[in-house]
Amino acid sequence: MNRFTYLLVLGLVLTVAVSGCKKRPSTLTPLPNYGKTTVVQDPKAADIASTTPNVKPETVSSTPVREDIGNPMPNTETMANWTPDANIFKQDTVLFDFDSSAIKASEQAKIAHVADYLKANNKPLTGVRIEGHCDERGTEEYNRSLGERRAIAVREELLRLGIEAGRVETVSFGEDRPAVQGHDETAYRQNRRGAFILLTKPE
Amino acid sequence: MKPYKSRALLTISIFLSLLATARAQNELDISRTIDVMGRVKPILVSMSGISGEAAQVIQFDLYVQGFAFTNADAAQYLISGSSSGNLVGRVTDKFSKEVKVSKSYTGESIRRQGHAFVDDFVKVLSGIPIAQTRIVFKNDTGKDSELILADFDGHNGSEITKDNSIVAAPSWIPGKFALYYTSYKLNHPDIFFHDLGTGARKIFARYGGSNMSPAASPGGSKVAMILSKDGWTDLYVCDADGSDLIRLTRSREDESSPCWSPDGKWICFAAKIKERRSLCKVSPSGGEIQRIPTSGVLNPTEPDWSPDGKLIVFTSQMGGFEICVVPSQGGTATQLVAGEDPSWAPNSRTVIFARRQGGGNRVLSLLDAPTKQVKDISRISGSNSQPSWAK
Repeated sequence: MNRFTYLLVLGLVLTVAVSGCKKRPSTLTPLPNYGKTTVVQDPKAADIASTTPNVKPETVSSTPVREDIGNPMPNTETMANWTPDANIFKQDTVLFDFDSSAIKASEQAKIAHVADYLKANNKPLTGVRIEGHCDERGTEEYNRSLGERRAIAVREELLRLGIEAGRVETVSFGEDRPAVQGHDETAYRQNRRGAFILLTKPE
Repeated sequence: MKPYKSRALLTISIFLSLLATARAQNELDISRTIDVMGRVKPILVSMSGISGEAAQVIQFDLYVQGFAFTNADAAQYLISGSSSGNLVGRVTDKFSKEVKVSKSYTGESIRRQGHAFVDDFVKVLSGIPIAQTRIVFKNDTGKDSELILADFDGHNGSEITKDNSIVAAPSWIPGKFALYYTSYKLNHPDIFFHDLGTGARKIFARYGGSNMSPAASPGGSKVAMILSKDGWTDLYVCDADGSDLIRLTRSREDESSPCWSPDGKWICFAAKIKERRSLCKVSPSGGEIQRIPTSGVLNPTEPDWSPDGKLIVFTSQMGGFEICVVPSQGGTATQLVAGEDPSWAPNSRTVIFARRQGGGNRVLSLLDAPTKQVKDISRISGSNSQPSWAK
Protein backbone atom coordinates (compact mmCIF):
# COMPACT_ATOMS: atom_id res chain seq x y z
CA MET A 1 0.00 0.00 0.00
CA ASN A 2 1.42 3.38 -0.87
CA ARG A 3 1.94 6.20 1.60
CA PHE A 4 -1.13 8.12 0.54
CA THR A 5 -3.44 5.19 0.98
CA TYR A 6 -1.86 4.44 4.36
CA LEU A 7 -2.54 7.98 5.55
CA LEU A 8 -6.05 7.90 4.19
CA VAL A 9 -6.82 4.69 6.02
CA LEU A 10 -5.18 6.04 9.18
CA GLY A 11 -7.22 9.19 8.92
CA LEU A 12 -10.44 7.28 8.42
CA VAL A 13 -9.73 4.96 11.30
CA LEU A 14 -8.94 7.89 13.61
CA THR A 15 -12.08 9.73 12.59
CA VAL A 16 -14.20 6.70 13.29
CA ALA A 17 -12.38 6.09 16.57
CA VAL A 18 -12.71 9.59 17.93
CA SER A 19 -16.31 9.96 16.88
CA GLY A 20 -17.13 6.98 19.03
CA CYS A 21 -17.61 4.42 16.35
CA LYS A 22 -21.34 4.75 16.76
CA LYS A 23 -23.35 4.05 13.71
CA ARG A 24 -24.70 7.55 13.24
CA PRO A 25 -27.57 7.69 10.84
CA SER A 26 -27.90 10.52 8.36
CA THR A 27 -27.03 13.71 10.17
CA LEU A 28 -30.40 15.33 9.70
CA THR A 29 -31.69 16.37 13.09
CA PRO A 30 -35.37 17.16 13.25
CA LEU A 31 -36.18 19.14 16.39
CA PRO A 32 -38.94 18.15 18.78
CA ASN A 33 -41.69 20.65 19.39
CA TYR A 34 -41.56 22.64 22.59
CA GLY A 35 -44.19 21.74 25.15
CA LYS A 36 -46.91 24.21 24.29
CA THR A 37 -48.18 26.35 27.14
CA THR A 38 -51.80 27.29 27.50
CA VAL A 39 -52.63 30.70 28.88
CA VAL A 40 -54.36 30.33 32.21
CA GLN A 41 -57.93 29.09 32.00
CA ASP A 42 -59.04 30.96 34.99
CA PRO A 43 -61.78 29.81 37.32
CA LYS A 44 -63.69 32.57 39.08
CA ALA A 45 -62.44 33.86 42.38
CA ALA A 46 -65.05 31.89 44.31
CA ASP A 47 -63.97 28.65 42.64
CA ILE A 48 -60.36 29.34 43.50
CA ALA A 49 -61.24 30.06 47.11
CA SER A 50 -63.10 26.79 47.44
CA THR A 51 -60.02 24.76 46.61
CA THR A 52 -57.86 26.14 49.42
CA PRO A 53 -55.97 23.10 50.64
CA ASN A 54 -56.93 21.68 53.99
CA VAL A 55 -54.08 22.45 56.33
CA LYS A 56 -53.34 20.47 59.43
CA PRO A 57 -52.16 22.53 62.40
CA GLU A 58 -48.41 22.96 62.71
CA THR A 59 -46.58 20.00 64.18
CA VAL A 60 -43.58 21.61 65.84
CA SER A 61 -45.06 22.71 69.16
CA SER A 62 -48.36 22.69 71.00
CA THR A 63 -47.66 25.65 73.25
CA PRO A 64 -49.61 28.80 72.54
CA VAL A 65 -47.85 31.43 70.46
CA ARG A 66 -45.84 33.57 72.80
CA GLU A 67 -46.77 37.24 72.92
CA ASP A 68 -43.22 38.33 72.23
CA ILE A 69 -43.31 36.58 68.85
CA GLY A 70 -46.69 37.58 67.46
CA ASN A 71 -50.46 37.70 67.56
CA PRO A 72 -52.08 35.44 64.98
CA MET A 73 -53.71 37.13 62.02
CA PRO A 74 -57.43 36.89 61.33
CA ASN A 75 -58.43 34.53 58.55
CA THR A 76 -58.15 36.19 55.11
CA GLU A 77 -61.81 35.52 54.34
CA THR A 78 -63.07 37.19 57.53
CA MET A 79 -63.03 40.73 56.18
CA ALA A 80 -62.39 39.93 52.49
CA ASN A 81 -65.74 41.30 51.31
CA TRP A 82 -66.00 44.22 53.71
CA THR A 83 -66.27 47.68 52.13
CA PRO A 84 -62.88 49.41 52.01
CA ASP A 85 -62.32 53.13 52.58
CA ALA A 86 -58.80 54.25 51.73
CA ASN A 87 -59.37 57.96 52.33
CA ILE A 88 -60.63 58.23 55.87
CA PHE A 89 -57.24 57.54 57.46
CA LYS A 90 -55.05 59.15 54.78
CA GLN A 91 -53.60 61.65 57.23
CA ASP A 92 -52.64 58.84 59.57
CA THR A 93 -50.23 57.03 57.23
CA VAL A 94 -47.29 55.99 59.39
CA LEU A 95 -43.79 56.75 58.08
CA PHE A 96 -40.69 54.65 58.74
CA ASP A 97 -36.93 55.10 58.71
CA PHE A 98 -34.77 53.36 56.10
CA ASP A 99 -34.61 49.58 56.54
CA SER A 100 -36.59 49.79 59.76
CA SER A 101 -39.96 48.63 61.00
CA ALA A 102 -39.74 50.45 64.33
CA ILE A 103 -42.59 52.82 65.17
CA LYS A 104 -41.15 56.27 65.75
CA ALA A 105 -42.47 58.40 68.61
CA SER A 106 -43.63 61.00 66.09
CA GLU A 107 -45.98 58.45 64.48
CA GLN A 108 -47.73 57.14 67.57
CA ALA A 109 -50.47 59.77 67.64
CA LYS A 110 -51.61 58.66 64.18
CA ILE A 111 -52.06 55.08 65.33
CA ALA A 112 -53.87 56.26 68.45
CA HIS A 113 -56.27 58.23 66.26
CA VAL A 114 -57.14 55.13 64.26
CA ALA A 115 -57.56 53.11 67.47
CA ASP A 116 -59.93 55.73 68.90
CA TYR A 117 -62.03 55.65 65.74
CA LEU A 118 -62.25 51.87 65.73
CA LYS A 119 -63.29 51.81 69.37
CA ALA A 120 -66.00 54.39 68.80
CA ASN A 121 -67.29 52.94 65.53
CA ASN A 122 -68.11 49.25 65.58
CA LYS A 123 -71.80 49.25 64.55
CA PRO A 124 -71.82 48.11 61.80
CA LEU A 125 -68.71 46.03 62.42
CA THR A 126 -65.46 47.65 61.35
CA GLY A 127 -61.88 46.55 61.05
CA VAL A 128 -58.75 47.87 59.46
CA ARG A 129 -56.23 46.64 56.93
CA ILE A 130 -52.69 47.96 57.29
CA GLU A 131 -50.71 48.06 54.05
CA GLY A 132 -46.93 47.99 54.45
CA HIS A 133 -44.69 49.56 51.81
CA CYS A 134 -41.00 50.15 51.12
CA ASP A 135 -38.81 52.40 49.05
CA GLU A 136 -36.95 50.77 46.15
CA ARG A 137 -33.57 50.47 47.82
CA GLY A 138 -33.76 46.88 48.98
CA THR A 139 -34.16 43.70 46.97
CA GLU A 140 -37.74 42.84 46.01
CA GLU A 141 -38.47 39.90 48.32
CA TYR A 142 -36.55 41.46 51.20
CA ASN A 143 -38.79 44.49 50.73
CA ARG A 144 -41.92 42.36 50.62
CA SER A 145 -40.96 40.89 53.97
CA LEU A 146 -39.96 44.29 55.40
CA GLY A 147 -43.25 45.85 54.28
CA GLU A 148 -45.09 43.12 56.17
CA ARG A 149 -43.05 43.75 59.31
CA ARG A 150 -43.93 47.46 59.08
CA ALA A 151 -47.63 46.62 58.82
CA ILE A 152 -47.26 44.19 61.73
CA ALA A 153 -45.50 46.81 63.87
CA VAL A 154 -48.44 49.16 63.37
CA ARG A 155 -50.85 46.30 64.08
CA GLU A 156 -49.12 45.48 67.34
CA GLU A 157 -49.44 49.09 68.43
CA LEU A 158 -53.18 48.99 67.69
CA LEU A 159 -53.50 45.79 69.71
CA ARG A 160 -51.55 47.35 72.53
CA LEU A 161 -54.08 50.18 72.50
CA GLY A 162 -56.88 47.68 72.99
CA ILE A 163 -58.13 46.80 69.50
CA GLU A 164 -59.02 43.10 69.10
CA ALA A 165 -56.58 41.05 66.99
CA GLY A 166 -59.38 39.79 64.76
CA ARG A 167 -60.20 43.31 63.59
CA VAL A 168 -56.73 44.08 62.21
CA GLU A 169 -55.19 42.49 59.14
CA THR A 170 -51.92 43.21 57.32
CA VAL A 171 -50.80 43.17 53.70
CA SER A 172 -47.37 43.96 52.27
CA PHE A 173 -46.78 45.50 48.85
CA GLY A 174 -43.01 45.63 49.15
CA GLU A 175 -41.80 48.30 46.72
CA ASP A 176 -44.54 47.63 44.16
CA ARG A 177 -46.86 50.52 45.00
CA PRO A 178 -44.86 53.65 45.78
CA ALA A 179 -46.87 56.62 46.97
CA VAL A 180 -44.53 58.93 45.10
CA GLN A 181 -42.49 58.22 41.98
CA GLY A 182 -38.89 59.33 42.28
CA HIS A 183 -35.41 58.15 43.12
CA ASP A 184 -34.38 60.49 45.92
CA GLU A 185 -34.96 60.68 49.64
CA THR A 186 -37.94 63.03 49.22
CA ALA A 187 -39.77 60.26 47.41
CA TYR A 188 -38.26 57.41 49.45
CA ARG A 189 -39.36 59.02 52.70
CA GLN A 190 -43.00 58.98 51.65
CA ASN A 191 -42.84 55.47 50.30
CA ARG A 192 -41.64 53.86 53.53
CA ARG A 193 -45.08 53.72 55.05
CA GLY A 194 -47.93 51.87 56.68
CA ALA A 195 -51.31 52.96 55.33
CA PHE A 196 -54.70 52.31 56.94
CA ILE A 197 -57.74 51.04 55.02
CA LEU A 198 -60.98 51.12 57.02
CA LEU A 199 -63.10 48.00 56.44
CA THR A 200 -66.84 48.04 57.14
CA LYS A 201 -68.99 44.95 57.13
CA PRO A 202 -71.76 45.28 54.51
CA GLU A 203 -75.36 45.22 55.77
CA MET B 1 -2.47 -4.30 4.25
CA LYS B 2 -0.10 -6.57 6.13
CA PRO B 3 -1.42 -7.85 9.48
CA TYR B 4 1.12 -6.09 11.66
CA LYS B 5 0.35 -2.73 10.04
CA SER B 6 -3.41 -3.08 10.63
CA ARG B 7 -2.79 -4.00 14.25
CA ALA B 8 -0.57 -0.97 14.67
CA LEU B 9 -3.23 1.22 13.13
CA LEU B 10 -5.84 -0.13 15.49
CA THR B 11 -3.61 0.41 18.53
CA ILE B 12 -2.81 3.97 17.53
CA SER B 13 -6.45 4.81 16.88
CA ILE B 14 -7.62 3.37 20.19
CA PHE B 15 -4.91 5.26 22.03
CA LEU B 16 -5.76 8.55 20.36
CA SER B 17 -9.50 8.21 20.92
CA LEU B 18 -8.90 7.52 24.60
CA LEU B 19 -6.71 10.60 24.75
CA ALA B 20 -9.39 12.68 23.10
CA THR B 21 -12.04 11.46 25.53
CA ALA B 22 -9.83 12.11 28.52
CA ARG B 23 -9.16 15.68 27.44
CA ALA B 24 -12.84 16.29 26.80
CA GLN B 25 -13.80 15.25 30.36
CA ASN B 26 -12.31 18.32 31.94
CA GLU B 27 -13.20 20.89 29.30
CA LEU B 28 -16.21 22.46 30.96
CA ASP B 29 -16.06 20.91 34.43
CA ILE B 30 -14.83 24.12 35.93
CA SER B 31 -16.79 24.79 39.05
CA ARG B 32 -14.65 22.56 41.22
CA THR B 33 -13.30 25.28 43.48
CA ILE B 34 -14.58 28.68 44.47
CA ASP B 35 -11.05 29.99 43.95
CA VAL B 36 -11.45 29.95 40.21
CA MET B 37 -14.79 31.76 40.10
CA GLY B 38 -14.40 34.85 37.98
CA ARG B 39 -10.84 34.06 36.98
CA VAL B 40 -11.12 31.31 34.38
CA LYS B 41 -10.04 32.05 30.83
CA PRO B 42 -12.70 31.49 28.21
CA ILE B 43 -12.45 28.68 25.66
CA LEU B 44 -11.54 30.31 22.34
CA VAL B 45 -13.54 29.56 19.21
CA SER B 46 -13.83 31.02 15.74
CA MET B 47 -16.70 30.82 13.29
CA SER B 48 -17.02 30.91 9.53
CA GLY B 49 -19.70 30.23 6.97
CA ILE B 50 -22.59 30.82 9.39
CA SER B 51 -24.22 34.23 9.36
CA GLY B 52 -27.36 36.13 10.27
CA GLU B 53 -29.57 35.07 13.12
CA ALA B 54 -27.96 31.61 13.43
CA ALA B 55 -24.58 33.26 14.00
CA GLN B 56 -26.04 35.66 16.57
CA VAL B 57 -27.60 32.79 18.49
CA ILE B 58 -24.39 30.74 18.44
CA GLN B 59 -22.26 33.67 19.56
CA PHE B 60 -24.64 34.65 22.38
CA ASP B 61 -25.17 31.12 23.66
CA LEU B 62 -21.47 30.25 23.74
CA TYR B 63 -20.42 33.57 25.32
CA VAL B 64 -22.63 33.05 28.35
CA GLN B 65 -21.24 29.54 28.82
CA GLY B 66 -17.62 30.66 28.95
CA PHE B 67 -16.50 30.71 25.32
CA ALA B 68 -15.05 33.70 23.46
CA PHE B 69 -14.82 34.35 19.75
CA THR B 70 -11.55 35.15 18.06
CA ASN B 71 -9.79 34.52 14.74
CA ALA B 72 -9.00 31.02 13.49
CA ASP B 73 -5.32 31.31 14.40
CA ALA B 74 -6.00 31.84 18.08
CA ALA B 75 -9.02 29.57 18.40
CA GLN B 76 -9.06 26.13 19.92
CA TYR B 77 -12.28 25.12 18.16
CA LEU B 78 -13.33 26.08 14.66
CA ILE B 79 -17.03 26.43 13.99
CA SER B 80 -18.09 26.25 10.38
CA GLY B 81 -21.14 25.44 8.31
CA SER B 82 -23.89 27.27 6.52
CA SER B 83 -27.13 28.95 7.49
CA SER B 84 -28.95 29.71 4.27
CA GLY B 85 -32.21 27.89 4.86
CA ASN B 86 -31.50 25.37 7.57
CA LEU B 87 -28.41 25.25 9.72
CA VAL B 88 -25.54 22.97 8.94
CA GLY B 89 -23.03 23.13 11.75
CA ARG B 90 -19.62 21.61 12.32
CA VAL B 91 -17.07 22.00 15.09
CA THR B 92 -13.47 20.95 14.65
CA ASP B 93 -10.77 20.80 17.28
CA LYS B 94 -8.06 22.80 15.61
CA PHE B 95 -5.18 20.99 17.28
CA SER B 96 -6.28 17.38 17.06
CA LYS B 97 -8.29 17.95 13.87
CA GLU B 98 -11.12 15.90 15.38
CA VAL B 99 -14.54 16.75 14.11
CA LYS B 100 -16.51 17.21 17.32
CA VAL B 101 -19.86 17.96 15.77
CA SER B 102 -21.12 17.60 12.22
CA LYS B 103 -24.87 17.94 11.81
CA SER B 104 -27.68 19.25 9.67
CA TYR B 105 -30.69 20.66 11.45
CA THR B 106 -34.31 20.88 10.36
CA GLY B 107 -37.54 21.90 12.04
CA GLU B 108 -38.66 24.76 14.30
CA SER B 109 -36.81 28.01 13.62
CA ILE B 110 -33.26 28.89 12.67
CA ARG B 111 -32.85 30.23 16.23
CA ARG B 112 -33.87 26.90 17.68
CA GLN B 113 -31.52 25.09 15.31
CA GLY B 114 -28.71 27.37 16.45
CA HIS B 115 -29.50 26.57 20.09
CA ALA B 116 -29.55 22.83 19.32
CA PHE B 117 -26.16 23.09 17.59
CA VAL B 118 -24.66 24.88 20.60
CA ASP B 119 -26.10 22.20 22.89
CA ASP B 120 -24.53 19.48 20.74
CA PHE B 121 -21.14 21.20 20.97
CA VAL B 122 -21.38 21.68 24.73
CA LYS B 123 -22.41 18.06 25.27
CA VAL B 124 -19.42 16.81 23.30
CA LEU B 125 -17.23 18.76 25.75
CA SER B 126 -18.99 17.05 28.67
CA GLY B 127 -20.85 20.20 29.64
CA ILE B 128 -24.50 20.47 30.63
CA PRO B 129 -26.48 22.04 27.77
CA ILE B 130 -28.65 25.09 28.51
CA ALA B 131 -29.39 26.63 25.12
CA GLN B 132 -32.88 25.12 24.89
CA THR B 133 -33.95 25.89 28.46
CA ARG B 134 -36.44 28.48 29.65
CA ILE B 135 -36.99 31.13 32.27
CA VAL B 136 -39.92 32.85 33.93
CA PHE B 137 -39.67 36.41 35.15
CA LYS B 138 -41.74 39.34 36.34
CA ASN B 139 -42.50 42.19 33.96
CA ASP B 140 -43.65 45.39 35.63
CA THR B 141 -45.24 47.86 33.22
CA GLY B 142 -45.55 50.55 35.89
CA LYS B 143 -49.25 49.92 36.16
CA ASP B 144 -49.27 46.20 36.90
CA SER B 145 -47.00 43.20 36.67
CA GLU B 146 -47.34 39.87 34.88
CA LEU B 147 -45.18 36.77 34.55
CA ILE B 148 -43.41 36.04 31.27
CA LEU B 149 -42.25 32.59 30.12
CA ALA B 150 -39.39 32.88 27.61
CA ASP B 151 -36.34 31.15 26.18
CA PHE B 152 -33.32 31.67 28.44
CA ASP B 153 -32.11 34.40 26.06
CA GLY B 154 -35.34 36.39 26.44
CA HIS B 155 -36.80 35.41 23.05
CA ASN B 156 -40.22 33.80 22.46
CA GLY B 157 -41.66 35.46 25.54
CA SER B 158 -45.34 35.09 26.35
CA GLU B 159 -47.43 36.10 29.34
CA ILE B 160 -48.48 33.24 31.58
CA THR B 161 -50.60 35.55 33.71
CA LYS B 162 -53.06 38.22 32.58
CA ASP B 163 -54.35 39.25 35.96
CA ASN B 164 -53.92 43.04 35.85
CA SER B 165 -52.57 43.04 39.37
CA ILE B 166 -49.27 42.49 41.14
CA VAL B 167 -47.33 39.26 40.75
CA ALA B 168 -44.01 38.38 42.37
CA ALA B 169 -41.35 35.80 43.16
CA PRO B 170 -41.92 33.14 40.49
CA SER B 171 -40.24 29.88 41.50
CA TRP B 172 -40.00 26.80 39.28
CA ILE B 173 -40.58 23.37 40.70
CA PRO B 174 -37.26 21.65 39.87
CA GLY B 175 -37.94 18.88 37.36
CA LYS B 176 -41.52 19.95 36.59
CA PHE B 177 -43.26 22.24 34.11
CA ALA B 178 -44.98 24.12 36.90
CA LEU B 179 -44.26 26.92 39.32
CA TYR B 180 -45.33 28.86 42.40
CA TYR B 181 -45.60 32.61 42.76
CA THR B 182 -47.23 35.31 44.86
CA SER B 183 -50.20 37.02 43.22
CA TYR B 184 -52.43 39.84 44.46
CA LYS B 185 -55.17 38.89 41.99
CA LEU B 186 -57.60 38.12 44.81
CA ASN B 187 -56.89 41.40 46.55
CA HIS B 188 -54.37 39.83 48.87
CA PRO B 189 -50.82 38.42 48.57
CA ASP B 190 -51.54 34.71 48.07
CA ILE B 191 -49.24 31.97 46.80
CA PHE B 192 -50.50 30.27 43.65
CA PHE B 193 -49.52 26.93 42.15
CA HIS B 194 -49.55 27.06 38.33
CA ASP B 195 -49.29 24.06 36.01
CA LEU B 196 -47.86 25.40 32.76
CA GLY B 197 -48.76 22.32 30.78
CA THR B 198 -52.50 22.51 31.44
CA GLY B 199 -52.74 26.21 32.35
CA ALA B 200 -54.61 25.27 35.52
CA ARG B 201 -53.75 26.92 38.79
CA LYS B 202 -54.92 26.86 42.36
CA ILE B 203 -54.40 28.80 45.54
CA PHE B 204 -51.65 27.21 47.53
CA ALA B 205 -51.52 29.57 50.51
CA ARG B 206 -54.04 32.26 51.42
CA TYR B 207 -53.39 32.58 55.13
CA GLY B 208 -53.99 35.81 57.00
CA GLY B 209 -51.13 38.29 56.69
CA SER B 210 -48.89 38.03 53.62
CA ASN B 211 -47.88 34.81 51.82
CA MET B 212 -44.50 35.41 50.19
CA SER B 213 -41.43 34.00 48.46
CA PRO B 214 -42.44 30.39 47.71
CA ALA B 215 -39.69 27.86 46.93
CA ALA B 216 -40.38 24.27 45.88
CA SER B 217 -38.07 21.42 46.88
CA PRO B 218 -36.42 19.38 44.11
CA GLY B 219 -39.21 17.22 42.67
CA GLY B 220 -41.78 19.48 44.30
CA SER B 221 -42.83 17.41 47.31
CA LYS B 222 -42.45 20.34 49.71
CA VAL B 223 -42.76 24.12 49.56
CA ALA B 224 -40.93 26.65 51.72
CA MET B 225 -42.32 30.17 52.10
CA ILE B 226 -42.40 33.26 54.27
CA LEU B 227 -45.73 33.66 56.09
CA SER B 228 -46.97 36.08 58.72
CA LYS B 229 -50.12 34.17 59.71
CA ASP B 230 -48.98 33.76 63.32
CA GLY B 231 -48.28 37.44 63.78
CA TRP B 232 -44.70 37.83 62.58
CA THR B 233 -42.79 37.07 59.36
CA ASP B 234 -41.21 33.62 59.66
CA LEU B 235 -40.02 30.72 57.51
CA TYR B 236 -42.49 27.85 57.04
CA VAL B 237 -42.52 24.61 55.07
CA CYS B 238 -45.33 22.24 54.16
CA ASP B 239 -46.11 19.39 51.80
CA ALA B 240 -47.20 20.10 48.25
CA ASP B 241 -50.81 19.35 49.22
CA GLY B 242 -50.65 21.99 51.93
CA SER B 243 -50.51 19.58 54.85
CA ASP B 244 -47.92 19.27 57.61
CA LEU B 245 -47.21 22.98 57.90
CA ILE B 246 -44.13 23.49 60.06
CA ARG B 247 -42.91 26.83 61.39
CA LEU B 248 -39.12 26.68 61.02
CA THR B 249 -38.19 30.03 62.56
CA ARG B 250 -39.75 31.71 65.56
CA SER B 251 -38.07 35.02 66.16
CA ARG B 252 -38.36 38.75 65.83
CA GLU B 253 -35.59 38.71 63.22
CA ASP B 254 -36.25 39.15 59.51
CA GLU B 255 -36.32 36.10 57.27
CA SER B 256 -36.74 36.20 53.49
CA SER B 257 -36.02 34.43 50.18
CA PRO B 258 -35.85 30.69 50.95
CA CYS B 259 -34.23 28.27 48.48
CA TRP B 260 -33.47 24.53 48.63
CA SER B 261 -30.28 22.51 48.39
CA PRO B 262 -30.47 20.20 45.36
CA ASP B 263 -30.55 17.12 47.64
CA GLY B 264 -33.60 18.53 49.43
CA LYS B 265 -31.88 18.34 52.85
CA TRP B 266 -31.58 22.07 53.53
CA ILE B 267 -33.54 25.26 53.17
CA CYS B 268 -31.22 28.24 52.79
CA PHE B 269 -32.59 31.72 53.44
CA ALA B 270 -31.62 35.29 54.23
CA ALA B 271 -31.93 36.19 57.90
CA LYS B 272 -30.61 38.41 60.63
CA ILE B 273 -28.77 36.86 63.55
CA LYS B 274 -27.70 39.13 66.42
CA GLU B 275 -28.13 42.31 64.40
CA ARG B 276 -26.09 40.94 61.50
CA ARG B 277 -27.59 39.95 58.16
CA SER B 278 -26.58 36.43 57.21
CA LEU B 279 -27.35 33.50 54.99
CA CYS B 280 -28.67 30.64 57.10
CA LYS B 281 -29.88 27.12 56.62
CA VAL B 282 -32.27 24.83 58.43
CA SER B 283 -33.52 21.29 57.90
CA PRO B 284 -37.06 21.10 56.47
CA SER B 285 -37.99 18.97 59.48
CA GLY B 286 -37.03 21.80 61.80
CA GLY B 287 -34.21 22.27 64.25
CA GLU B 288 -31.22 24.50 64.72
CA ILE B 289 -30.72 27.43 62.38
CA GLN B 290 -27.15 27.36 61.11
CA ARG B 291 -25.27 30.33 59.74
CA ILE B 292 -23.58 30.11 56.33
CA PRO B 293 -20.64 32.54 56.55
CA THR B 294 -20.05 34.84 53.58
CA SER B 295 -16.77 36.44 54.56
CA GLY B 296 -15.75 39.57 52.75
CA VAL B 297 -19.23 40.83 51.85
CA LEU B 298 -22.11 42.29 53.83
CA ASN B 299 -25.88 41.96 53.87
CA PRO B 300 -26.31 38.77 51.87
CA THR B 301 -29.82 38.11 50.53
CA GLU B 302 -31.72 36.25 47.75
CA PRO B 303 -29.66 33.04 47.82
CA ASP B 304 -29.87 30.33 45.15
CA TRP B 305 -28.15 26.95 45.55
CA SER B 306 -26.34 25.57 42.49
CA PRO B 307 -27.80 22.38 40.95
CA ASP B 308 -24.50 20.54 41.55
CA GLY B 309 -24.71 21.47 45.23
CA LYS B 310 -21.34 23.21 45.44
CA LEU B 311 -22.08 26.92 45.43
CA ILE B 312 -24.61 29.46 46.62
CA VAL B 313 -25.09 32.58 44.51
CA PHE B 314 -26.66 35.57 46.25
CA THR B 315 -27.10 39.34 46.28
CA SER B 316 -24.92 41.38 48.58
CA GLN B 317 -26.02 44.86 49.44
CA MET B 318 -23.16 47.24 50.20
CA GLY B 319 -24.23 50.56 48.74
CA GLY B 320 -25.22 49.00 45.45
CA PHE B 321 -26.14 45.37 44.75
CA GLU B 322 -23.50 42.76 43.88
CA ILE B 323 -23.92 39.18 42.64
CA CYS B 324 -21.62 37.00 44.76
CA VAL B 325 -20.87 33.29 45.12
CA VAL B 326 -19.77 31.34 48.18
CA PRO B 327 -19.08 27.64 48.73
CA SER B 328 -22.31 26.07 49.93
CA GLN B 329 -20.79 25.14 53.29
CA GLY B 330 -19.84 28.81 53.79
CA GLY B 331 -16.52 30.58 53.49
CA THR B 332 -15.06 33.47 51.55
CA ALA B 333 -17.49 35.10 49.16
CA THR B 334 -16.43 36.27 45.68
CA GLN B 335 -18.04 39.32 44.12
CA LEU B 336 -18.74 38.85 40.42
CA VAL B 337 -20.88 41.58 38.89
CA ALA B 338 -23.24 44.41 39.88
CA GLY B 339 -26.78 43.04 40.04
CA GLU B 340 -29.44 41.29 42.14
CA ASP B 341 -31.84 38.36 42.37
CA PRO B 342 -29.71 35.60 40.78
CA SER B 343 -30.92 32.19 39.57
CA TRP B 344 -28.63 29.34 38.45
CA ALA B 345 -28.84 27.67 35.06
CA PRO B 346 -28.86 23.84 35.09
CA ASN B 347 -25.11 23.89 34.29
CA SER B 348 -24.14 25.41 37.68
CA ARG B 349 -22.01 28.08 36.00
CA THR B 350 -24.36 30.45 34.12
CA VAL B 351 -26.51 32.74 36.28
CA ILE B 352 -29.41 34.95 35.25
CA PHE B 353 -29.88 38.11 37.31
CA ALA B 354 -31.45 41.57 37.22
CA ARG B 355 -29.59 44.82 37.07
CA ARG B 356 -30.95 48.30 37.57
CA GLN B 357 -30.75 50.97 34.92
CA GLY B 358 -30.97 54.64 35.69
CA GLY B 359 -34.61 55.54 36.16
CA GLY B 360 -35.50 52.45 38.15
CA ASN B 361 -36.10 49.94 35.34
CA ARG B 362 -34.51 46.54 35.68
CA VAL B 363 -33.16 44.44 32.82
CA LEU B 364 -32.15 40.78 32.87
CA SER B 365 -28.59 39.69 32.22
CA LEU B 366 -26.57 36.47 32.05
CA LEU B 367 -23.31 35.88 33.87
CA ASP B 368 -20.88 33.03 33.30
CA ALA B 369 -19.49 32.81 36.83
CA PRO B 370 -16.11 31.17 36.05
CA THR B 371 -15.13 33.69 33.31
CA LYS B 372 -17.22 36.65 34.55
CA GLN B 373 -18.51 37.14 31.00
CA VAL B 374 -21.83 39.03 31.11
CA LYS B 375 -24.47 39.75 28.49
CA ASP B 376 -27.97 41.20 28.69
CA ILE B 377 -30.79 39.07 27.36
CA SER B 378 -33.54 40.32 25.06
CA ARG B 379 -35.76 42.81 26.84
CA ILE B 380 -39.51 42.90 27.14
CA SER B 381 -40.79 46.45 27.44
CA GLY B 382 -41.21 47.25 31.13
CA SER B 383 -39.06 46.47 34.16
CA ASN B 384 -37.89 42.83 33.95
CA SER B 385 -36.93 41.26 37.28
CA GLN B 386 -37.12 38.24 39.57
CA PRO B 387 -35.95 35.66 37.01
CA SER B 388 -36.27 31.96 37.75
CA TRP B 389 -34.45 29.40 35.56
CA ALA B 390 -36.29 26.15 34.82
CA LYS B 391 -34.27 23.18 36.05
